[in-house]
Amino acid sequence: MEHGQRMTGGRKRWLWLAGAAVWLGLPWLVFGNNYVLSTLVLIGLYALVGTGMTLLMGYAGQISLGQAAFYGMGAYTSAYLTAHAGWPAWLALVAGAALAALVALVVGIPVFRLREHYLALATLGFGVIMFTFFKEWKGITGGLNGFFGIPPIRIAGIPLQSDFQFYYLVSSFVLAGGWFARNVVRSRVGRALRAIHGSEVAASSLGVNITKYKLQIFMLSAVYASVAGSLYAHYVTFINPDLFGIIPSIYFLIMVIIGGTASVWGGLVGAAVYVCLGEWLKAVVPLLLPNAGGEFEIVFFGLLLVIMLIYMPNGLTGVAPKGLRRFWKTSWRQSERATAVDSHKARSIGGEQG
Amino acid sequence: MEAWSQFVQLLFSGLTVGSIYALVALGFVITYSVTGILNLAQGDFAMLGALFCVTLVNNGVPFVLAIGLSIVAVMAIGALFERLAIQPARRSPVAVLIIITIGASFVFRGIALLVWGTNPYALRPFTGHGALEVFGAVIQWQSVWAIIISLASFAALHLFFHRTYIGKAVAACVINPFAARLMGIDIRKMSLGAIAASAGLGALAGIVIAPISGASYDMGMMIGLKAFIAAVVGGLTNAPAAIAGAFLVGLLESFAEGYLSSGYKEAISFGLLLLVLFFMPNGLFAKMTGKRV
Repeated sequence: MEHGQRMTGGRKRWLWLAGAAVWLGLPWLVFGNNYVLSTLVLIGLYALVGTGMTLLMGYAGQISLGQAAFYGMGAYTSAYLTAHAGWPAWLALVAGAALAALVALVVGIPVFRLREHYLALATLGFGVIMFTFFKEWKGITGGLNGFFGIPPIRIAGIPLQSDFQFYYLVSSFVLAGGWFARNVVRSRVGRALRAIHGSEVAASSLGVNITKYKLQIFMLSAVYASVAGSLYAHYVTFINPDLFGIIPSIYFLIMVIIGGTASVWGGLVGAAVYVCLGEWLKAVVPLLLPNAGGEFEIVFFGLLLVIMLIYMPNGLTGVAPKGLRRFWKTSWRQSERATAVDSHKARSIGGEQG
Repeated sequence: MEAWSQFVQLLFSGLTVGSIYALVALGFVITYSVTGILNLAQGDFAMLGALFCVTLVNNGVPFVLAIGLSIVAVMAIGALFERLAIQPARRSPVAVLIIITIGASFVFRGIALLVWGTNPYALRPFTGHGALEVFGAVIQWQSVWAIIISLASFAALHLFFHRTYIGKAVAACVINPFAARLMGIDIRKMSLGAIAASAGLGALAGIVIAPISGASYDMGMMIGLKAFIAAVVGGLTNAPAAIAGAFLVGLLESFAEGYLSSGYKEAISFGLLLLVLFFMPNGLFAKMTGKRV
């Protein structure tokens, strides 16, 4: 955004090249350590979902508490079409993305008439409903037992099975996704989104078709999540509904908040911090608390989420640049009005809903 | 006759669950009315109440005392949560506040997990394991207790809001916080009180349901979400409508489970949520009460 445009083109290009070099060289730097590589792959997959959510939350100012549903849609579509229908993985990935976009369109039309609390609840409800289908539609998804034996993705006939190969596949998706998101943000669409974010009324009076743009960005974020889900399915070759419920949706949200919605790379930063912290906690906490169960990270991430939102609402990528602070501060006008009086948010929103 | 007894059975289980949702939903309505916050950690208060009570009872504390102590403890946690998480962020946009309550919910879940582990605990029923037979249906006494306790709580709250000075002050904050402040009502105290009271109601709900469905660290989320559905169906700020919404959700779920399939009951209640949000964002009962708040 603004700080980026202030940078000279040459400096930017170097930054990009250096970043790309580090990214491409990473697998060699870690000496083919599969644990590190698989962690990097996971970061890449989450980063894809996060990039889509960043567009939705940071630029369009819309909240989604059901993003894991699209992630699951991609994963199950890929799994089913490749394992049961014999489709090539690439085609299945595209089919999953198309399905996610279609569902986002159908769900988005009514959902994006809602705002704030109602929007959050509606996306949450959508997430729960999709999770129920993943769980109950046993003929397609394998139910709670999960879906086994998903074939690998192939490039020129070669199956990609090692963490090493997958790193490059996922990382190219992340780079392409980030680049595309950056272009979206800088295009006419991006400007329209920021206008919507600033003030929906002002934007619509300028002739911006709010609903259309919100829907488009929601569909785009669904495609990001779906592609990540497809890649995940082909990577681990086994999926089950728990990966796509409400808790994973909230984890995606946590990543995006940690990374910050100010930059399209917030998703990547957030995913990296989230995964690394999670792995670190898995290693450290059992030493301190031998009796802790498997999910102890949730305390930590819950605390981190609360603290970040209170003291660092713009996330890690939003700490420095001022223009980016717009997201949380000016997006929801009602809440600004409500600052005069501590409590009266409820009715001003409720009133506008009707 | 078989069909009839099944119907009565499902009716009672729906009313039981509905009364639990109603208690939590009521806490949610109080919080939302006074602070404007959708507290997604509401269900976790039920979880904490249930687990505290189980622990106290297992350590030999008399039953009634254990219930009282658990409710007080959870109210204290609610107050702490208000001071540490809600107050510092109260000027943030609504979406930020929602996400903060999600974070708090994760913290509660996580702490419960560390303290109590993943195994579910059983709490003994309030009055023995006996059951009541009505039209061939077997109804646990605990279900009757759940319904009675929630109805008594609603009555007590009604009296509180309409007959006591503090209750009227809270109601004033709901109707017009600015004017309330001019009249010398401390809104910050009200916010603290509202969240503590909601926590207490949640804890009571958790304790009442624990003998029926057990108590475990992850029971809070679904109870909380159902309570939100109930509150949204009722229009968010209208307590009697939220209670009606809670019984509606409970009955719908119970009958869906009995006559369709247990797996889809969540989808059905959330489907109801979406329908209400899309078509009647002021709640199903907006016209009935004739008042839009």
